[in-house]
Amino acid sequence: MQAEVIEVESAKTGESVQAVYEHSWPVRVSHWLNAVALFVLVGSGLQIFRAFPSFGAKIPQKDLLNWPKAFAIGGWLGGALQWHLTFMWIYIATGLFYLGYEAFSRNYRQVLVVPDDVRGIWPMARHYFFFGPKPPATEVYNPLQKLAYTSVLGLGVLSVLTGLAVWKPVQFSWLAWLMGGFHLARLWHFLVMWGIVFFLLGHLVMVVVHGWNNFRSMLTGWKKDPEYTPR
Amino acid sequence: MDERKFKKMNRRELLKVAPVLALGAFAIPRLREPLLEKGLAFSDWASGKLFRPGHLAPTFTETDLTPFAKFPINGYDVDDPGVIFENWSLTVTGAVQKPGDYKLSQIQALPRTRQNTRHICVEGWDVIGRFGGTRLSEFLKMVGADPTARFVTLQCADDYYESLDMATAMHPQTLLCYEMYDQPLTREHGAPVRLTVPTKIGYKQAKYLTDLKVTHVLERVGYWEDQGYSWFYGL
Repeated sequence: MQAEVIEVESAKTGESVQAVYEHSWPVRVSHWLNAVALFVLVGSGLQIFRAFPSFGAKIPQKDLLNWPKAFAIGGWLGGALQWHLTFMWIYIATGLFYLGYEAFSRNYRQVLVVPDDVRGIWPMARHYFFFGPKPPATEVYNPLQKLAYTSVLGLGVLSVLTGLAVWKPVQFSWLAWLMGGFHLARLWHFLVMWGIVFFLLGHLVMVVVHGWNNFRSMLTGWKKDPEYTPR
Repeated sequence: MDERKFKKMNRRELLKVAPVLALGAFAIPRLREPLLEKGLAFSDWASGKLFRPGHLAPTFTETDLTPFAKFPINGYDVDDPGVIFENWSLTVTGAVQKPGDYKLSQIQALPRTRQNTRHICVEGWDVIGRFGGTRLSEFLKMVGADPTARFVTLQCADDYYESLDMATAMHPQTLLCYEMYDQPLTREHGAPVRLTVPTKIGYKQAKYLTDLKVTHVLERVGYWEDQGYSWFYGL
């Protein structure tokens, strides 16, 4: 895919390096809106969960875990529901805006994992987890990254669908039925949330490992001296 | 491009992401509350739009029922507000042709509906119960409720209060419930008459009803709604 590439000359040495425009503004705005929305939705969701921290019967109630209040948003069930029912709209609107932009701009070719990427997934995983040799970078995202982003996009869609089934099990009774009923939809919603949290942990580790130059590209779009050869 | 120009370009690009900072309004205590109220109100508005008057809540077979002993008793105050059954009547006021006190026998004289529906608590738990009673729509017809009225407000013996939009009040599964599991309603479940609304969240199912008022404007919202919970909360 054609990326915007420029040469940047250092004022001191006069040496020049390449800079590539990786993320256009709709992607960056979506990313940060989504980051805030996810933070609020996970935090308030956990506070809502605290009201009935179980997936079994009400009588007798067997709690699954006692999630600490300090790591939740909203303070009480009603407050958490206000946050959740407000930020879900921001989350959904951002998601639709992003997906629409990806389809329209054809930028999804940078993000989605394709069959050609499959061969490259294991070498990348071996490099990250078992100190294997680093496979040469050929594009903005490596195959493992694409797999992670594609998966989390799927989880994002599932989080909305399972959430709809929990919020509206009557109007969207077909959706709740697909998930095995309201009772199970609530469990799926919870598990999808942990899937996203698991991704975020890995994502944040990678951000720290790859440093400022990489992080900046999600703020300004530009990455200096990319590790791959822009095409 | 020289480095300074590149930096300038980066700053310009950074500004394009600045609108995200608008979310910071939620961090300002003075703005937070009205914003969250707007968010909740928007959710209620969307809930109202998503509500379909003819769409029924799923019903279940006898084998799906939660045993009566495991059907939670949830009261905000007392399990039994001490209603004296002999003296009980439902006081109907507001936009109706025949206001007055209606006895249980008058309610029971209307066609009886029995249904196995899911009761979902805002806390997250759910049970499937068997409920029997009169369709609220039948009762409203009997008392001559103004069809253009928009709300039904209910008062309970324990000072709890609730309200319904007219579309939900007229829904065929919305019952003035006087039976659970084919037995007369027990005191802790809201005897002699409670509300069963399978298209709405648990706290809308008010117990120990004493007063019913049909209105054009919403005068009282609901006990939990006044603490900050959603008013419509349609399922």
